[in-house]
Amino acid sequence: MLKDITLGQYFPGESVIHKLDARVKLIITMLFVVMLFAANGVFSLSAGVIFLIIAYSLTKLSPSLVAKSIKPVVPVLLVTAVINIFFFEGNEIFRLGFISITDGGLKNSAFMLIRVIALIAGSSVLTYTTSPIELTAAIEKLLSPLKVFKFPVHELAMMMTIALRFIPTFIEETEKIISAQKARGADFETGSIRDRASAVVPVIVPLFISAFRRAEELALAMECRCYRGGEGRTRMKQMKAGPADAAALIITFAFLACVILIDRMN
Amino acid sequence: MTLASEKMISAENVHFSYDGKTEILKGITADIEKGQFVAVLGHNGSGKSTFARLINSILVPTEGKITVLGTDTSDEEKLYDIRRKVGMVFQNPDNQIVAAVVEEDVAFGLENTGVSPEEIRERVDEALKAVGMYEYRKHSPGMLSGGQKQRVAIAGIIAMRPECIVLDEPTSMLDPAGRKDVMNTIKKLCGSYGITVLLITHYMDEAVQADRVIVIDEGRVILDGVPKNVFSNVEILKKAGLDVPQVTELVFKLRKQGIDIDPDVLTEEECVNALASVLKEGKT
Repeated sequence: MLKDITLGQYFPGESVIHKLDARVKLIITMLFVVMLFAANGVFSLSAGVIFLIIAYSLTKLSPSLVAKSIKPVVPVLLVTAVINIFFFEGNEIFRLGFISITDGGLKNSAFMLIRVIALIAGSSVLTYTTSPIELTAAIEKLLSPLKVFKFPVHELAMMMTIALRFIPTFIEETEKIISAQKARGADFETGSIRDRASAVVPVIVPLFISAFRRAEELALAMECRCYRGGEGRTRMKQMKAGPADAAALIITFAFLACVILIDRMN
Repeated sequence: MTLASEKMISAENVHFSYDGKTEILKGITADIEKGQFVAVLGHNGSGKSTFARLINSILVPTEGKITVLGTDTSDEEKLYDIRRKVGMVFQNPDNQIVAAVVEEDVAFGLENTGVSPEEIRERVDEALKAVGMYEYRKHSPGMLSGGQKQRVAIAGIIAMRPECIVLDEPTSMLDPAGRKDVMNTIKKLCGSYGITVLLITHYMDEAVQADRVIVIDEGRVILDGVPKNVFSNVEILKKAGLDVPQVTELVFKLRKQGIDIDPDVLTEEECVNALASVLKEGKT
């Protein structure tokens, strides 16, 4: 059950997208988000979606991975989509008692649905093709001007690296604890919401204890490997933006311009 | 082994206590020479892991002193010099891997010490090849088995080109196949790279493979010598809560029954040969 969560996982590969500079990928992802929310018409939003499809097909990863990353949020999406239907004005097309459905509501909720799914899929392209270390290195580089204001950029990046590294470990551990508690007769599936919520406590407590123990050991191991903060540190992988990165950025800007222009023309 | 007489680690009457009341170590004196493969043996709570932690100054002796290549471990200014010379591998492979990609984890220590990117690349590849994990360099550590993870951890240490590696029960969380792989890697480190190895363990069959065995019980060294001599003290070992290797146990029991068999046999093969010759003599 928990293993299905793929958000934030990296799938090594050799595709064009994999080889792009992490900073460029991060910027492109942000531009993509701007693109999605700037798009207000059917054509402009389609342009955004086409951009995503092209990017994703270039990663050479299986499309089922995207489905996996969207699956956990489907219930939330559906509920918000349904609520959205009733909250936008427009021409009424259907009425049942006080419930009225308008074309504006339908359009808005469809757009919202597409935007959010594209958003998740788009950020999946980033995290699937960029190793967490590259990603945090990119964040560190992009945020480094903030060091002037004593912002702990390196520490933040290191914390993110470790958090990402331990996600699979903790998922595995949670599953083990759940099995252990089930073996002792714990019930996670039946009972009222309150019962189920309190059944989670015996899972959370051992998980936290183990997390603290791991943190202590990891800190020790890091110290033993001469870690003492960001100062004087080098990196094996130097970030070098090449022609491919420039091309990717230009293409992204072109798409963004298209999206904005299409909306202007209508 | 040209500098065989040079001391890698020297412990002089080392005492240690966490709380100032109960002493974990009660006067340990031992010299470890360069290039040696030394096993430190003891049951749980004997103080063997504490001793390991004193060597690269995670802990500092409360009494006595430890020097690493002549540098006192209590000298805080030399802390990182010592840690660069003495690498440490811990018990749980999961809790010492920092990065989410094998090669990036191996690079971690080198990045910390400010080595140039080109050299890091070179040393990382070399270290991964040395432990036989080069094909896995792009993998996520989560996908590896325990033994493979531990070999990655070892690669992360040897990439820093230390003079000595301290391994604190590196195989206790592994399956038999993983243990064998890790042991082979450790022996290779010592044999082919001339790195001094200090293996903390409670497995007899691992200690047998060392050049020298130091047995610690209740914070004191009770036996120290080549495996053959150490393991012939079956009664002392049993008193310290340790099992002797199966072969030694068998020979010990046979000798007690009055069968004249060579007491120095350690490996299964030696034992088979010794038994065969005893049987042959019996027949003629």
